[in-house]
Amino acid sequence: MTVEGVTYERRSAAPVIAPVRPRKLAKVPFVELTEGRLAGVVSSGSDPARVYVSSINAGDHGLSCRTNNNRPCGGFGGSHPCNHLRALADAAVTQYGIDRVARYLKADVAPGADDLWAGIRPSSAEPRAADVFAGFLRHLTYLELPPSTEAMPELQWFPAAGLVR
Amino acid sequence: MLADALRARPAGLDAALALVDGLDDVLVDGLARIGEAGAAALSALATAAGGTPLAGPAADAIGKIIAGTVTDEHVAVLAGVRTALLGAAHDALLSGVDAATGRDREGWSAPAAPPQAGRLLAGARSWLRELAIAGWRGVDHELAAAGSQAIQALWADPSSRRLAVLLDGFAAELRASAPGATLERVPVRRWADLWTRGVLLAQDGFATVPTEPVHGRLLILGADLHEHPTVFQVQVHGLLETPDGWTGLVRAAVAAPKVDTISGPSAWRMLASFPVLRTVLAQRRAVELSGMLLTPAGDLLWDESHAAAGEPADPFTTARVSLGRVTAPAAAALDRHPAAIAEPVLLEGYTAGDASFDLGGVSLAVDLDRLPAAGPLTPALVAASTACLGLLRWDAGRWAVQPLAVQAVVRKKPVTAHTADWALGPTDAKEAKAEAAAGAAVDILRERAGRLLRK
Ligand SMILES: [Zn+2]
Repeated sequence: MTVEGVTYERRSAAPVIAPVRPRKLAKVPFVELTEGRLAGVVSSGSDPARVYVSSINAGDHGLSCRTNNNRPCGGFGGSHPCNHLRALADAAVTQYGIDRVARYLKADVAPGADDLWAGIRPSSAEPRAADVFAGFLRHLTYLELPPSTEAMPELQWFPAAGLVR
Repeated sequence: MLADALRARPAGLDAALALVDGLDDVLVDGLARIGEAGAAALSALATAAGGTPLAGPAADAIGKIIAGTVTDEHVAVLAGVRTALLGAAHDALLSGVDAATGRDREGWSAPAAPPQAGRLLAGARSWLRELAIAGWRGVDHELAAAGSQAIQALWADPSSRRLAVLLDGFAAELRASAPGATLERVPVRRWADLWTRGVLLAQDGFATVPTEPVHGRLLILGADLHEHPTVFQVQVHGLLETPDGWTGLVRAAVAAPKVDTISGPSAWRMLASFPVLRTVLAQRRAVELSGMLLTPAGDLLWDESHAAAGEPADPFTTARVSLGRVTAPAAAALDRHPAAIAEPVLLEGYTAGDASFDLGGVSLAVDLDRLPAAGPLTPALVAASTACLGLLRWDAGRWAVQPLAVQAVVRKKPVTAHTADWALGPTDAKEAKAEAAAGAAVDILRERAGRLLRK
């Protein structure tokens, strides 16, 4: 908090979501921390038409990796993270910072440590590729919606993100 | 003078806020778990509404809620009472500032325009009701995401954009904070604010505002940038001079849907369809308006076919010459809220500290949380400033200024920086390089969207 002595609880503009840090999107175009899991979409290294949908559950650290057509990932052996899962975790740490990701996943990462996997006890999870991929498509539809010019007084509650300080 | 208004505490303000806080605290644990203190706070709210048009509905709804019945109608009345209290607080705070700045404020005389028909609002209303019942502490991953379908439907309907934008930003915060049970600190007033506005905007009878075409010259004072994960908005504050000699404060806003990974300077790319606005901001020019629509709340409905870039116009000169004698618009009844106050002011002759300006007798906080990464203003520039064009805001019990532009002295050289200087891309070489890299993200996502959504 920039200003001392001002109560967070009684502040209309209290910051809730830390601004995301910029990152390259070609390899991992989509990452989200939602519905109790870290999930995202990872581009295939060889086939531009294919993407992998990877996720790590919060709490039990169940892992999953499938193609967008719901075929199993060849590099994923049940509880051993494949390259896609590693790329997903790296992207999430860049975007949100390791503290937020570790807290969300309930991963036991020591303060100041930089390896998320050290705090993860992987197991295998029910694949939820269809949900996550639908989330990615929904994410992309925002870029297709037209802009608007009506007054939205509610946006006074949402100042544009400041620098990550 | 302004210093006196900033120090003054309007009569009745603390009492009104205490009533609001009582309701807000009930929403933390939810309407399903109203304890003794909560019931007393809600009853006090019903008493406070006595003698107003809301008296009957408030007594009825609050009695039923305490007894354990929560309907959409009860929830709407609760939101209405809270809005009325904060509206009164808004008026008291703003009239103090108006008196100090000598600003004439118009009364609201516009007739209510009929509401939009046929909008799909029931889904949003029921999600907001479920949230109130569960309370912020009771929001789990499932409930936080339960509004998604209703919100997607709102996005698809242009007449519901305002509600879509609000609820999407609110839902993102709830999802990021779930489960509420283990949340370290709850943004109590903020979420009650967002919830209340959501409930009101989701009523079928929410009136739209009338408009009338205006001609004249728009002199820009500054630009305020707004953002949450799925929207980026630039809101311009300026002075409209009409041919008949009237000068008044107006605003114009354009907003684009976006995604969270598009942020900082590259967010301007999302406003590519507004080249006139971006140009006048980046080049600090006036705008010639011909028949652009204006609401009684002072909001221009920006339309580039009614706007042309004019002569260069320095916002500091505009403020020094004209800001002292302008007419200010009234706020629409339901939009009155202390946190919605954003009054343009020019400050000079102060002593700048790290996070405050000493105006001579009163220390005015500088809201450093409102210095966007999408522009060149930094805390260091503000601390080195000698003049500041900004928005006077009130939040968390005190006034603060949000800088929109500063004149500063850096290494013995005069520097001027405005929030919208980078509207056409960063003017700083290092920032421009970073923007080019981040901007590639926009292209990558657009390309993916093109391929996957139109398969
Ligand atoms: Zn894989």
